[in-house]
Amino acid sequence: MPSPNPTLINAPLAVVDLECIRGDNLLFSGLNFSLREGQLMQIEGANGSGKTSLLRILAGLSRSSEGQVLWEGEDILKHRTAYFSQVAYLGHTLGVKSDLSPVENLKISLALANIRFDEEAVYRVLEQTGLAGKEDMPARSLSAGQKQRVALARLLVCPAKLWIMDEPFTALDVSGVGLVRELLEGHLQRGGMAVLTSHQAVEVRGNIVRVNLSDG
Amino acid sequence: MFQAFKALMKRDLLLAFRHRGELANPLLFFFMIVTLFPLGVSPEVTLLRKIAPGVIWIAALLAALFSLENLFRSDFEDGALEQMLLSPQPLSLLVLAKVLAHWLVSGLPMLLLAPLLGLLLAMPEPAIAALELTLAIGTPLLSLIGAIGVALTVGLRRGGVLLTLLIMPLYIPVLIFATNAVTAAAAGMPIAGQIYFLASLLVLALTLAPLAIAAALRISVS
Repeated sequence: MPSPNPTLINAPLAVVDLECIRGDNLLFSGLNFSLREGQLMQIEGANGSGKTSLLRILAGLSRSSEGQVLWEGEDILKHRTAYFSQVAYLGHTLGVKSDLSPVENLKISLALANIRFDEEAVYRVLEQTGLAGKEDMPARSLSAGQKQRVALARLLVCPAKLWIMDEPFTALDVSGVGLVRELLEGHLQRGGMAVLTSHQAVEVRGNIVRVNLSDG
Repeated sequence: MFQAFKALMKRDLLLAFRHRGELANPLLFFFMIVTLFPLGVSPEVTLLRKIAPGVIWIAALLAALFSLENLFRSDFEDGALEQMLLSPQPLSLLVLAKVLAHWLVSGLPMLLLAPLLGLLLAMPEPAIAALELTLAIGTPLLSLIGAIGVALTVGLRRGGVLLTLLIMPLYIPVLIFATNAVTAAAAGMPIAGQIYFLASLLVLALTLAPLAIAAALRISVS
């Protein structure tokens, strides 16, 4: 791997010499890449190659054993507040409380992101994600795919520059996959960035960068 | 900042309200331990009066520990905890909101039940007043200290035993000063010293425990 050059650091998101060890396994090392506005990065790799671990490190949830993740030139672990206000993370566990309705779920997400609750906007976003009529039902009675749509609605009500998504297409039906694709395309067009893992080939139009972890 | 604190507290109270049945568990546990003592030890009034402060406080302590175990559990399982950790809001403030909401639904009911249990064990009036005062200061203290242990063990499959081992030693000073105050009040002695000590512990826990809980959660989730 080449040593990081200045242009890499100038990108909003840059990863420098990242290494991840889980237990006794070296998942990846010497990982360098950067991401610019309007780019989407798809992380590929076999099961257990460290895709989820990489996403969690990028989101600031886990620590890497070596290397840094830089956001606008600053280490994300040292500037958490600045970084977290720009990032949305959609993990394996969706963060949707099953005892709360979609609206209540979004309400708390908005409060955590420090954005004022606008009932009209929330209902509009829920309609856009295909949850019209289910806004006030407890999320427990929703299907796995519908819960995922609630999590997607969170990405829309809390504007973030960088979306980090772990397997965003699982559990979704054909229209759901189309919805995610549409959301991603819109996000990239507005100058947003996205990092995602997926087993399916993603047919998102735009500037797509691929990283394969299995290749080392 | 305060907005998120309020919203999270409201959410937790709402969730607790939607699981009303589970709320009764620790309270029932508290009630059961205390009421079994006269049956198991002796119904003799002088003896009961003597052991009452200890019995009620030990029951409160165990009930607090018992109820705390689930403080972060469901949030950990459904990923809400990750979202909390990724909020730009200060995490220590958010965990304080959760602990406060938890105390309101678990500690406060114990506080309301305690005078009845005091009467049941034939405690004199000044002792019941002292019991209420020590519980009012002591139960939030138990919640705050306990939450540190819960945050550390939330990622473990069977963290229950470890939690008890971690937390019990830290609970002991609270137990000693609180029961001592109640016993002293029953004997007609001043209790200001013990109360001040408990209050200072509460202030210390209120300021430092949220930071420790936040740090522990980051470790558990990573």
